[in-house]
Formats: sequence, structure tokens, C-alpha cells
Amino acid sequence: MEVTYSPLGDRAVVIEVADAITPETQNRVQVLSSYFDEHPPGWMIEYIPAFTTVTVFYDILKVSKNTQHPYKKVCEELDAILSSVQGNRQFASRTIEIPVCYGGEFGPDLEFVAKHNGIQPEDVIDIHTSGDYTINMIGFAPGFPFVGGMPEEIATPRRDSPRLAIPERTVGIAGKQTGVYPIETPGGWQLIGRTPIRLFRPELDPPSLLAAGDKLVFRSISLEEYSNWEEHD
Amino acid sequence: MLKIIKPGLLSTIQDLGRHGYQKFGVIASGVMDPLAHRIANLLVGNDEDAATLEITLAGPVILFEKDALISLCGGDLSPAIDGKSVRMWRTIFVKKGSKLQFGAHQSGCRTYLSIAGGFKVPEIMDSSSTYLRAEIGGFHGRALKADDRLETNLMTDLSKVIMEALIPDTDEPFGDIGWSITSSISPFLSGESTIQVIPGRQFHLFTKESKQNLFKESYDVSPQSDRMGYRLQGAKLSLSEPEDLISEAVAFGSIQVPPDGNPIVLLADRQTTGGYPKIGQIASVDMSLIAQAKPGDSLSFKKITVEAAQQLYLEQENNIQQLKQGIRLKFKSG
Repeated sequence: MEVTYSPLGDRAVVIEVADAITPETQNRVQVLSSYFDEHPPGWMIEYIPAFTTVTVFYDILKVSKNTQHPYKKVCEELDAILSSVQGNRQFASRTIEIPVCYGGEFGPDLEFVAKHNGIQPEDVIDIHTSGDYTINMIGFAPGFPFVGGMPEEIATPRRDSPRLAIPERTVGIAGKQTGVYPIETPGGWQLIGRTPIRLFRPELDPPSLLAAGDKLVFRSISLEEYSNWEEHD
Repeated sequence: MLKIIKPGLLSTIQDLGRHGYQKFGVIASGVMDPLAHRIANLLVGNDEDAATLEITLAGPVILFEKDALISLCGGDLSPAIDGKSVRMWRTIFVKKGSKLQFGAHQSGCRTYLSIAGGFKVPEIMDSSSTYLRAEIGGFHGRALKADDRLETNLMTDLSKVIMEALIPDTDEPFGDIGWSITSSISPFLSGESTIQVIPGRQFHLFTKESKQNLFKESYDVSPQSDRMGYRLQGAKLSLSEPEDLISEAVAFGSIQVPPDGNPIVLLADRQTTGGYPKIGQIASVDMSLIAQAKPGDSLSFKKITVEAAQQLYLEQENNIQQLKQGIRLKFKSG
């Protein structure tokens, strides 16, 4: 598919690089993101990468210096950038281990996930720790990873009624997705465990432990291991 | 120094937002009404993005422990100093020991209190904005409480000149500048209530009726509205066919439509990405109109092109620059 541009209001443009989530699409989003990190155009305020799109927020005043049509001008400049950054680029893939204390008060829905799929809670843990996970996107909440690659055998629909507050660092399942809530938010995911690792680190640069393209490995840890970990956090 | 006697409903320190971190899922936060915030700052000689206090519906009671130069812009919540009412959209000198309080809301729902020097709070990720949910930024990451004390940064030279000029020679608790901002600068001030909307990326996926209704019917702001977004109620909007969309970026003013058909306008504390279809996007120049709308208010929408919205934005920026120049000239020339 051709790259398309469409306005997100009067101060942003959505660059759609493909219409399906594939490894190629993900690579194109990453290529573009790293271009913007390395060579931010003077009129760019920031960008938000997603599954199939990169949205660029721009400063109308800066763009309008040489034109009466800021939106058109930004699209032209983006077109020039895109034609210069065509092609794949290999990114060093990081693998990040997420230790998880499954079940108990940390994972109140582990039993439900097991029952829904006709298996035992231990099987849920085995299957959850065996997935081939890649982060497709960071979004929704600070450092929240949208993760692909969860085995279908433990897929479970969202709760009928969302919880008002899910504690930070809780690991959840929603349909075929899995993820970790970096901060306390409301949410409807099925909660299966908690990690002692902080995903959102506002004092650091970057403030997110995880990035799109990272591989994830979930490892089951005991409550004791979890508690000791937290002391060092 | 300012001492908070009563905190009000929701009073938070904000600036123009936390930019550059949305790629990490960190929300932008910032003021709901950027125009009122910027003008409030200009009136006291601050930079436009200096931190202000965003005051919502029920205002705080604030004791000034030092002489100060302030302004109050945005929604009119009947401000008074030592019981004497003060005007909105003006530069005001406040004498040490005076108390600022608020009363009934006359118009809008958010007032911006700027103070010469700006509020002194640590910057987190290049911004002073309060991100309530993550408990970072602003004043200890939270809304103000009774007994909090707010400090200010050093004043600019311009602020000092303005302050000097406004010290009253009587024993009044305050003195003001004697002129206000013209209503041409903000649609909110001129009483305009139709909000201009640029059709969204998924506009074409909606039924013909929905596309017409958005611009024909009026929508009420529901009580389930906050800094993250306003839920609207009115003619339901629906897609021609159910679609499973791939999540993508959202912005300040995005109008998204969940399956229940009631549109949600995303505001300052919006999430960075979303998967609901976006039927439209509010033009930047009309953000004050939505930011100042309160539960129960009725809104109507008018279609505008990106090009026209950008021209209006440039005109508004031009007006703000003229105001900035005007304030400078007035006080530099004595």
C-alpha cells in the first residue's frame, strides 16, 4: 500500500505506512521513528508511533513562515523525508525479562482465565511464560506495552465491568493480548500476576523501560523472590 | 508566597503541557484552556508557558503572604479580594495579607491564576504540569490541599515595571490596570458557542445520518466529564459497518465515538493513543469553548477545513503577539 497522509486536526498529520500489522509494517514505523529521533525537523513538536502509523505534531507558526498552506507544506516535507528513508533497517533487538509473581492477591483472575480455557492455573503460567512476545507499540499509559505473540490457549475476554483501580505493575490478559499496567489506572483486563519491575521511570530518560520492537520474556517468580526484589526497587 | 486556606474543587498547577514524551505513552497534560493561560501570563509580564494555577468550578481561598502581581483569565468564578470583587482579564496588584476567594460561576468553569514570576515547582520531563494519575509534576503531583504554600520564581524586568505602576496609593487591598482584554481574542469571550470541527480520519466510515447529525444536532456535556475528556450526549453516532480499528495517536480535541454512539471529546489529560473511530477534531482556535464548557452545557458543531482552521489559528496568534507588544510598549514607555 501507498503511504497516506491525513490531518489529525490543524496541528498534526497521521502518516499511515501500511494497513496491516506485520513485521514489515513495524519495521517501517521504527525506521521513521528513529529518523525523527536523529533528525527532528525544525517544525516538529513531537511524534507518536503506533501499529501502522506515525503521527507528527507540528508548529503551525514555524511551518507558515514560507507558505500560506501549512498542512500541505508539512505533507510535502514528510514526503521528501519518507522517500529518503525507504527500505528496511535492522535494529538491535533487546530482550527484556519481566519476572512475574502469578496468582494470589496479585493475580485475582488467574483462576478465571484457567477455567475459561478449561485448564489448570499452573498451565496458564506455563503457557504465559512460553509465549514469543514482541512489543508492537507503547501507548495508552506511560510505558504501557501493546504486546503481540500470546498463545491462543489462554486468551480470555475482558471483564464485563472494568475495575476502578488496577495496581501498578499488574500483568493482565485481554482477548489475545497481554500487557503490564505501569501506573494505577481503571481497566477491564483479567489480572494474572504482578511484576516487581517498574515500567514507568519518570526520573530517567527515556522514562519508559520498554520500547516498540523489544522482545519480552515473562518468568514466574515466587512471592518470596518478589518481596526481596521489591526491597531493592 | 501564597498560602492555600481552602483548596477548592480541583486546583492544579499547569503549563502548556509535557511535549516530546507521548512516544513513551506519557500524556501531555497541561492547561485545558491554553489561550486563557497564555493571556494570564502575558498580563503579568511572564513567559506564555509559565506555570499557572488552573481553578475548576469551586475556587480556592488563597492568602497572599507577600505583595504580588496576578491576573485571572478564563471562566468567571466571581473572584474577590478581601470581599471586594475583582475584574477578570486584568493585571492586578495584590497587597500582602489580602485574601483571594471565589464565588458563583458566572461564565465558563476554569479560571487561570497567573502570578508574576510564575509558580515555582520542579520540572518533570520538561514541564511543570500536574499529571494526576501518575502523581508527578506540578505541586507534588497532586491537586492543592489546605495549608499548601506556593512559591514563585524571580520576576522578569517587565513584571517589576508593571508591579511598580500598579501599587495603589490608597490602602485598598489591590489595584488593577484599568483596562481589560478585548473580546476579539477568544471566541469564548465573545459568547460564541458553535465549535468548529475538522472532519476526522474515520469520518467517512460513519453513516450519512451520523455525519449530518454531528453538524445539525446539539450535544450536552454529561456529568461524566473531566480533564481527560468530555462525554457528550445527543443524537447517537454510528459507523456504517462495524470496524475493528487499529489504535493510533489521538490529540487534544479529538472527537472519538465508542460503540455506544455517544461522542467523547479528548482533552488535556487524554491518553496518547486510542482505538475508537474519530469523527472529527476541534479546531485549535475553539479549544477555549470546549475547555470552558461545564456539565449540562449544550454544544453545537460546525464543519471547517484544515486550511481554514490554520488561517484562523494564525490570525489568533497574530492577535496574541499584538497584545504582547501592546503590554510591553505601554509599560516600557512608562
